[in-house]
Amino acid sequence: MEWAFRSDQPIYAQMSRHLSAAIVTGYYSPGQRLPSVRDIAMDAGVNPNTVQRALAELERDGLVFSQRTSGRFVTEDPEKIRSVRETMAKEVIDEFLKAMRKLGIDRKETIAFLEKEEDE
Amino acid sequence: MSILECKGLSKHFGAVQALENVDLAIEPGHIVGLLGPNGSGKTTLIKLANGLLTPTSGSITIGGIAPGVQTKSVVSYLPERIALPEWMTAEQAVDYYQDFYADFRRETAEAMIQNLGLNMKQRIKTMSKGTKEKLQLILTMSRDARLFLLDEPIGGVDPATRDYILRTIIGNYNENASIIISTHLISDVEQVLDEVLFLQNGRIVLHDTVDAIRNEKGTSVDALFREVFRC
Repeated sequence: MEWAFRSDQPIYAQMSRHLSAAIVTGYYSPGQRLPSVRDIAMDAGVNPNTVQRALAELERDGLVFSQRTSGRFVTEDPEKIRSVRETMAKEVIDEFLKAMRKLGIDRKETIAFLEKEEDE
Repeated sequence: MSILECKGLSKHFGAVQALENVDLAIEPGHIVGLLGPNGSGKTTLIKLANGLLTPTSGSITIGGIAPGVQTKSVVSYLPERIALPEWMTAEQAVDYYQDFYADFRRETAEAMIQNLGLNMKQRIKTMSKGTKEKLQLILTMSRDARLFLLDEPIGGVDPATRDYILRTIIGNYNENASIIISTHLISDVEQVLDEVLFLQNGRIVLHDTVDAIRNEKGTSVDALFREVFRC
């Protein structure tokens, strides 16, 4: 997986978003076993405690569950995945709308832009 | 119990106060960045922790014991300068470490030597500066120690090797061991650190987790360092 981190946010938060996206997009499929903390840490080049913390967030969101000895697995509940997918989409849209407002473009004009973009 | 603990630790060299009243506890399983401008006391702190220097006042302990013969068996130290006999080959240096340290893992060292393209038969004398640094770091990290003290471990190596080394540090991570890395190359190591210590004129001016710094200040540790130590 490709990892890129911004410098102005905690890495665990970026990592949990990244892993959530991997689940939502099906990179990790429902019921699949996730790589170990160490393997993820090595792959991303980050501290294992950071990975641990990111995975704890995913567990809290119900996206993954751990089985005492055999590791962590992606949830098999499609409703869970759908709801996280929606939350993530909303975050992207909020960010986008905020950026448009900064340019002085209101909601109506933004929608017009989007429709025009679609036609092209 | 803390793996490293300092209480009111001071070290003076004549009139120079290298460390002044340092209180510090490092827990097992943490990777700690020891950051500070030149002459802030980083190397002095590391040398006190492995018994190369003795405190002027206050105390420093490793797992509850003052640095000495006993603690050397659990502390793995990477000096700022290469300390291997130049006449040895890489292989002889591996033998040397194996003789000295009961916790030395030969297979780990040999695998890393191979991965980094070092030649077992090459004499250290004929190695480039970067290659010597790699070898010394491989030997240091191949021990199953409780505390790793790395004084400027990545200064002289190229960025690709730096990446490999950081991944090696992560790969060797063990929740009972702590790693202290002193460095100027903050942005390169920031991702692997749990917490950072900023030293200035022998005093700790900041001790916090990387996550907390990014959360509260909204900037990287690297940017915060430049701000705190602006010249």
